[in-house]
Amino acid sequence: MSEDKFDAIVVGAGLAGCTAAYLLAQAGLETLVIERGNFPGAKNMTGGRLYAHSLEKIFPNFAEEAPVERCIVHEKISFIDETRSTTLDYASPEAGDPANRSYSVMRSSFDQWLAEKAEDAGASIVPGIRVDDLIVRDGKVCGVIAAGEEMEADVVILADGVNSILGEKLGLVPKVSPHHCAVGVKEIIQLSEQQINDRFGCSGNGGAAWLFAGMPSAGYMGGGFLYTNKESVSLGLVFGLHNVAEVRKSVPQMLEDFKNHPTVKPLIEGGSSVEYSGHVVPEGGLAMLPKMVADGVLIAGDAAGLCLNVGYTVRGMDLAIASGEAAANAVIAAKEKGDFSEGSLSSYKSALENSFVMKDMELYRNLPGFLDNTRMYNEYPEMVTGIMNDLFTINGASAPLRKKVMPHLKKVGFMNLIKDGFKGVKSI
Amino acid sequence: MSDAVNVDVKLGVNKFFVDEGNPHIELVENPDPKEFAKLEAACPAGLYKKDESGNIHFDYAGCLECGTCRILCGNTILRKWEYPNGTFGVEYRYG
Ligand SMILES: Cc1cc2nc3c(=O)[nH]c(=O)nc-3n(C[C@H](O)[C@H](O)[C@H](O)COP(=O)(O)OP(=O)(O)OC[C@H]3O[C@@H](n4cnc5c(N)ncnc54)[C@H](O)[C@@H]3O)c2cc1C
Ligand code: SF4
Repeated sequence: MSEDKFDAIVVGAGLAGCTAAYLLAQAGLETLVIERGNFPGAKNMTGGRLYAHSLEKIFPNFAEEAPVERCIVHEKISFIDETRSTTLDYASPEAGDPANRSYSVMRSSFDQWLAEKAEDAGASIVPGIRVDDLIVRDGKVCGVIAAGEEMEADVVILADGVNSILGEKLGLVPKVSPHHCAVGVKEIIQLSEQQINDRFGCSGNGGAAWLFAGMPSAGYMGGGFLYTNKESVSLGLVFGLHNVAEVRKSVPQMLEDFKNHPTVKPLIEGGSSVEYSGHVVPEGGLAMLPKMVADGVLIAGDAAGLCLNVGYTVRGMDLAIASGEAAANAVIAAKEKGDFSEGSLSSYKSALENSFVMKDMELYRNLPGFLDNTRMYNEYPEMVTGIMNDLFTINGASAPLRKKVMPHLKKVGFMNLIKDGFKGVKSI
Repeated sequence: MSDAVNVDVKLGVNKFFVDEGNPHIELVENPDPKEFAKLEAACPAGLYKKDESGNIHFDYAGCLECGTCRILCGNTILRKWEYPNGTFGVEYRYG
């Protein structure tokens, strides 16, 4: 048996798993990655924007060879009600430092690229196999059981995504609660490069990211997003699951109505939908973090709840990559000591605490609570679009500006405005 | 604005390998209607359906493996929720 034993087995060839596997293999550890999809990325979807910094640290200038779609240089945020929208627009040239850039990506190709990197470094990647269970002896994880076979390792890294059934079985990961997650749906809509450049004011490799608050998530916590790819746009929305009993519209209907909104429709006109995807997003922040280390096992990425809803975007991919890196470093150090106990592997936790991962999780700890306020998705978008409507509608004598704005503020309530403004500032 | 969505058409463009006769998600016999209604609203693939006579239907083919129904009703009206066996299920060409 022992000659079959691996130094490390990684479950899941997503961004967390592939990053960990690459670094482990590079350090000379015998590493096996097991992935249930037919290839790495086959099961994965995302909204579409990768903040480059954490991968840039591992592969400087990765975007020169990795299959990224476009470098995001246009940022838009719209407040939209049923028919109207007000948009904030920010444009900047591509950042000089590659670590400050962000890219639109598609996981099916991106994960394959990262997995190839891990393979080139010497990791073995076995796709098409679901890990069913873990081998646990005397409280220590010693390997995995997959397709009726046992495979042993000194250490197992669980990078199996938001529904970490294996982490739950071990008793480390609490079952994800509806309060701590959202469901995301997305369509890839094919358009020509020229159409995208014209509609979003882009040229060359530049792309746009566009967030929509209000109507897409039917007035509840969530929001719509649009990212431009080379020859398609990723259009989707997220919806906080704890409001599901309240809502009158189904999630697929929300996406359909969003596509038909007068602001969105012209953006995708004539495009054909080539894929429809869905996935849960962990959004609980600090409140949902599991026990991330035990004897012989570490948990990384979405499986560990390392994902942030920062209001204007969901961020999980850069955290998945950084946690995969931290997990690999802890395993490499444990291998040098020949000690794979919880205590030895706990350097993973301290590395996370000293990195942006936990600092950002801490910084945004109150944001999910703040964002879970229906005023954000109803009264405020209506207030802004209402003010705009009055400002830009001329029909006869004009009223003083103050008189036009006040009724809209009153409708939301001055106390609510002050309260939400105050809480908003405090939660970031 | 209020065009009724046809989810089946959307799923039609996806690539699936259905594990015939081996469902990875199963409902209990008589699911609580309130719990079922949550899944009718939340399942991105619209797989939890009620017909005109109020009969409920669920089909695991077309599942996007998003995990939503497991989180919402995993301990109420779902008897079984697993990922499909290796190689089966949805395969994203874009993601
Ligand atoms: C709609 C939506 C929009 C988002 N937008 C953004 C965004 O714009 N920017 C951003 O940074 N983040 C975004 N996120 C979050 C981001 O996608 C995730 O945080 C990220 O994908 C997590 O990566 P991961 O490697 O931890 O897990 P995953 O990518 O989920 O990978 C887990 C892997 O494990 C495999 N697996 C699971 N169980 C088993 C098993 N038993 N055996 C074998 N293999 C198994 C899966 O097949 C999968 O390949 C978004 C998420 C959603 C859903
Ligand atoms: S996992 Fe997602 S797509 Fe599949 S049945 Fe459940 S809710 Fe629907």
